[in-house]
Amino acid sequence: MTDDSKYIEIHGVEQAFKTPKGRFVALRDVNLNVAKGEFVTLIGHSGCGKSTLLNLVAGLTTPTQGALLCANKEIKGPGPERAVVFQNHSLLPWLTCFENVYLAVERVFAGSENKAQLRARTDAALALVGLAPAAQKRPGEISGGMKQRVGIARALSMEPKVLLMDEPFGALDALTRARLQDELLAIVQKTRSTVIMVTHDVDEAVLLSDRIVMLTNGPAATIGEVLSVGIPRPRNRVDLAEDPAYVHARKAVIDFLYTRQAHVEKAAA
Amino acid sequence: MVSAVFHSPLDAANEARANASTPADKPKAVAAPAPARKARTPIDWRGIVLKVLPPLVGIAALIGIWALLTIKSSTFPTPLATFKEAVHLFSDPFYSNGPNDQGLGWNILFSLQRVAVGFGLAAVVGIPLGFMIGRFEFLSRMVSPLISLLRPVSPLAWLPIGLLVFKAANPAAIWTIFICSIWPMIINTAVGVQRVPTDYMNVAKVLNLSEWKILTSILFPAVLPYMLTGVRLAVGTAWLVIVAAEMLTGGVGIGFWVWDEWNNLNVANIIIAIFVIGIVGLVLEFALIKLATAFTFEEVKS
Repeated sequence: MTDDSKYIEIHGVEQAFKTPKGRFVALRDVNLNVAKGEFVTLIGHSGCGKSTLLNLVAGLTTPTQGALLCANKEIKGPGPERAVVFQNHSLLPWLTCFENVYLAVERVFAGSENKAQLRARTDAALALVGLAPAAQKRPGEISGGMKQRVGIARALSMEPKVLLMDEPFGALDALTRARLQDELLAIVQKTRSTVIMVTHDVDEAVLLSDRIVMLTNGPAATIGEVLSVGIPRPRNRVDLAEDPAYVHARKAVIDFLYTRQAHVEKAAA
Repeated sequence: MVSAVFHSPLDAANEARANASTPADKPKAVAAPAPARKARTPIDWRGIVLKVLPPLVGIAALIGIWALLTIKSSTFPTPLATFKEAVHLFSDPFYSNGPNDQGLGWNILFSLQRVAVGFGLAAVVGIPLGFMIGRFEFLSRMVSPLISLLRPVSPLAWLPIGLLVFKAANPAAIWTIFICSIWPMIINTAVGVQRVPTDYMNVAKVLNLSEWKILTSILFPAVLPYMLTGVRLAVGTAWLVIVAAEMLTGGVGIGFWVWDEWNNLNVANIIIAIFVIGIVGLVLEFALIKLATAFTFEEVKS
């Protein structure tokens, strides 16, 4: 049986790349377990290997050492049970929003459901992110925030066991970002998905996560600290602003990022 | 384009004037939009003139220089003589007096047909080949030295091979068109496939799409603009080459016609043929550009 507290297991993972200058170790000695239904964020400075780690869980890349497991099975490649929301939405510009989502729905459910059911699923996914009216528009005709929501709808429509998000709100303005974060909170509450999300936004991490995984600076980055965010759900961003637990968690992350891991930032600048 | 640029500031000025007048005198406010709209409707003569005039001046200059240079010449026809000849020629473009004396229209149609067949075969072979080369690294490394070696070869160098293999002039000409128009299609398609954004391929990987689905929903639409550029280059080259190929192979066709007129020392007809070849090439190019823009997705990166 699968142990729900170890739904995703990352064991001693190292990721190195071959470069013209020789071997570059991006990640080393990463160990992490993610429980079923848990919301985990990966935070760290730019270039610390957050996305690299996410790609490993997605199966888009394979580790040079160590192993990753999902539900006790080794992650050998990407698959629709681990849906990815990409940093830059990655919608296909020649398909409408509906068709973009339908592509995913069709892939996952075409074997077991008829066309009407597939269409209903697609409509439901778009409605979930509030984009039913824009279903027949192409990505070029909608705003950045809407595109990102279609990307989320596409990932959610597959009913993935794990939702992997790579800075999904990074390219958005603060107001849109806040609204999408609230939507995501509500959706995750509803679907009880396991989520791993990469971010560089401290407030976002604290607001959304059960645990915050802080990575040290690269090269050869690893997990520096893991912080449990003990704030009960549902969370409300307005109330949280003065919540001591929120302030404490936020302080801890900022302390990690800007006091203990600050040197590389300075060197880079 | 130019007219649009000149149009909008005028428009804006008119609108601003109309808006400015409204708060000052309220009774006129209702009437104010009418003159503003009237100002918009007259034809933008300035824009049209600026658009049409320069090309006309260019053409006039060409004909003027031509006329000046040929005033005293007895071998080279003047523009007027050429024009008279053209009128005569175009009055009956589709006559047929046996295989070696046919109207200009027939000659062009025969040439276009050869281009269409040769180019069509090249597309049928070259585009799928380009897809495979772009998709599979091994194949790409296998054939890229061959392509680099064969591509710079003048298409006419292939003509004897065609004559040898097909033992007839017409298939040899088609073969020459085929070989010269296949390279841009293979190369552009392959480059297009290789340049499909990794994001799209990652989507395909995460969704675990089948190779067929990847081809139809991601690769083909993403590569289409590159492919159409290849097609455009290929048609351009094919149209360049057909004239030379037909000069060598004979038969009915614009290239042979030019050569025939040279043997008859009918220089006016050669000049007319040059214009006609240019115009047909222009039309082909224009049609393909229109086709390409219809299939290009501007929004590739946000």
